[in-house]
Amino acid sequence: MSNKIIRIILLGSMILLGLTMVLPLWDIAIFAPQYPEGLSLQIWLSKISGDLNNINILNHYVGMKAISPSDIPELVYFPKLIMGILALGALALLWPHIISVGLYFLSFSAFSLFALYDFWKWEYDYGHNLSPDAPIKVPGMSYQPPLFGSETLLNISIYSYPAVGGWLMMVSFLAVAYILYVKARELWR
Amino acid sequence: MKINNKTMVTIGIGIGLAASMFACTPKKPSNSGGAAISKNAAEKVYVAPGKHDEFYAFLSGGFSGQLAVYGLPSGRLLRVIPVYSVNPENGYGFTEETKKMLNTSHGFVPWDDSHHPQLSLTDGKVDGRYAYINANNTPRIAKIDLKTFKTTEIIEVPNSGGNHGSPYLTENTEYLIASTRFSIPLPNKDVALDKMKEEVKGTISFIKFGKDEKMEVAFQLLVPGIDYDLASCGKGMSHGYCFLTSYNSEKASTLIEINASKNDKDLLAIVNWKKAEECVAAGKAKTVDGRHVHNELNESTHTVTSATIDKVKMLDVRDCEGALYYAPVAKSPHGADVDPSGQYIIAGGKLAAQITAYDFNKIVKAIQDKKFTGDYDGVKVLDYESVLAGEVKKPCLGPLHTEFDGKGNAYTSCFVSSEVVKWKLGTWEVVDRMPTYYSLGHIMIPGSGSKQPWGKYLLAMNKITKDRYLPVGPELPQSAQLIDISGEKMEMLLDFPTVGEPHYAVALEANLIKDKVKKIYTLEENKHPFVAKSEKEARVVREGNVVHVYGTAIRSHFMPDNIEGIKVGDTVYFHITNLEQDWDIAHGFSIIGANTSELLLMPGETNTFKWEPSKPGVYPFYCTDFCSALHQEMQGYIRVSAGGSSTPLKFNQGK
Repeated sequence: MSNKIIRIILLGSMILLGLTMVLPLWDIAIFAPQYPEGLSLQIWLSKISGDLNNINILNHYVGMKAISPSDIPELVYFPKLIMGILALGALALLWPHIISVGLYFLSFSAFSLFALYDFWKWEYDYGHNLSPDAPIKVPGMSYQPPLFGSETLLNISIYSYPAVGGWLMMVSFLAVAYILYVKARELWR
Repeated sequence: MKINNKTMVTIGIGIGLAASMFACTPKKPSNSGGAAISKNAAEKVYVAPGKHDEFYAFLSGGFSGQLAVYGLPSGRLLRVIPVYSVNPENGYGFTEETKKMLNTSHGFVPWDDSHHPQLSLTDGKVDGRYAYINANNTPRIAKIDLKTFKTTEIIEVPNSGGNHGSPYLTENTEYLIASTRFSIPLPNKDVALDKMKEEVKGTISFIKFGKDEKMEVAFQLLVPGIDYDLASCGKGMSHGYCFLTSYNSEKASTLIEINASKNDKDLLAIVNWKKAEECVAAGKAKTVDGRHVHNELNESTHTVTSATIDKVKMLDVRDCEGALYYAPVAKSPHGADVDPSGQYIIAGGKLAAQITAYDFNKIVKAIQDKKFTGDYDGVKVLDYESVLAGEVKKPCLGPLHTEFDGKGNAYTSCFVSSEVVKWKLGTWEVVDRMPTYYSLGHIMIPGSGSKQPWGKYLLAMNKITKDRYLPVGPELPQSAQLIDISGEKMEMLLDFPTVGEPHYAVALEANLIKDKVKKIYTLEENKHPFVAKSEKEARVVREGNVVHVYGTAIRSHFMPDNIEGIKVGDTVYFHITNLEQDWDIAHGFSIIGANTSELLLMPGETNTFKWEPSKPGVYPFYCTDFCSALHQEMQGYIRVSAGGSSTPLKFNQGK
């Protein structure tokens, strides 16, 4: 594969990764009999949007902590990590060598794994650390939303799936992985 | 007594007569009468659970003073919008913010009689922005915003002795016209009633749909003092004109029912308002006393402000050649209804079994050709034959009011014979009739007053129900009946009781507005002077004997919910903000012994409850709208100490 094509693919992956800074990554949708129109949360790299207040009001009945974006440091440092990964991507673009591509890939994978774990951890924390003063206590019940997929908690159905930014990030990641594979194969020969 | 043969014969004849009389007793009509209900009527009005109606219908409340919103074809009551009467159900007219909406030049008026709703028009078509309705008793016009279904503006009509024929809209809502029902001395003064005839005057007011779509009295026409009735304004070719019926050309002031019914013909007023506008612009109007009040709701402060205007422009029609003509009309008419094309003006003579159709083109020509038969109080009266398009002969008894389906048919309500009569514009022949139960007043076809009616249904509004529903004592509901007019023959579909008197109604296709209806008030946009936009802002502030509680409500608690340091002699204002930003999550508020109504707060709204505690003690308050699973627990306490005591002001929540 020519360096030109490799560079185009690398540039494409960087553009897609860059777009995740301004697009929602994950969508959480909530439906209940009283919410026919649904409630939703969009998780972005740097913010949380959607019906945050209404979800917090519902959550307080079972003693869940209020989701408050100012208490989530990831919303500040995740965008910086993405910038760092993009810097390594730029290096690979200028010098498309297995070392630079490898660094780009490794940093991207490390971030992705950590981000997924971190997201799960927050969900676990919200779902399990319930206030002892909760007005409604259901023995044995926890309220952790799913990371990927759907679940029914009491009268509420929750759907959690990647949003457009999340899908773009995956495509970007696959593109980098492919280039790494191409480079590794070249080296093998 | 000796019974002889003659007596026997007499008795025999007597019994025979009685029996034959009994046999001749007319059969009681069945109460479905001639209104054959077709087998699929139920299907046509059935709106499945969770589904929406096709039309919003706005039925006036008559003596309830309000405006009721129903869905058609189901006839389900969706909401009662408080307009002219206080409404303790949601605090309208009781809260500090809404009280001023009922201000008039006579002071606070807690009730009125609301008759004729209208919908705002653009280019002669219903645009779904506003509904308007008149106050019949203390002359006013109200504007209802169709985004919030709230009364947002009320303007008083000055120099009017009763605002029945009102409000009628021009085709772009340039003006709302309002005519005076009772002619009175103008300016009003102390006059012996038997001498009043010489002094009485009428006015036709032109309320401008002015800057920021707010109502203002542009000018008033001073007209002969007869009793003006219903009206409608021209559209299309007749845009620029309004047509008003009148009665009491005799100018009687006593026993009106007899004395105003003597003349064989009454007068249809034909107003060229463009001409009147020109005369006003040319300075022919005089500025006269016309004290009136204008109230409006500011949706960001959630507060009504009230202003008094002292003067109005009054144009005497005698100073404006061509602004007003009369045409003879069948005795004691009611409606003056312009058909969707704008060509025909239909007037029913309530006391004459006749419906008269005037042709606008002929009116213009008759004026040009000076076809006058005389004058009435200095106003030229047009020759009846010269302006006549046709007469519907003997349609029914008591023809009252006509609506149109936009397909060349007209429908007239008949009060005395209690029926709807369908007839053809142009041929003036009656093609169908439908009995209604009982004493039909107005009828309504959605969009009839516009250039494009939705000619699918007709709603008949009846004054008397007697045996139509399960009896509920001497005071019975009035009713509306839904008739399918999509086919050749009218078909009775549904019958439902109404709020107050459904005097008149308007309706529009739901799709026109249903997606624009507001769901919540945005908290960030709340500019109420006493708002608390978060629990952190909640507080209690004392200013002398006045205490302001900046309170909040959210599922399922108030902040603050414990208050101490209130004293007998204090006036406490609870300014409660509903912090919810979720559709249909309302909270309410009241305190034991309060001498006012509850508060009912929509999401993001602030309203104020005034309380003057009279005895020391502990007073509970609570949320009055079932808001959540913990609604019952949404409560708090206020401690009231004796006047002059030194209990410090304290408030908290959850501590």
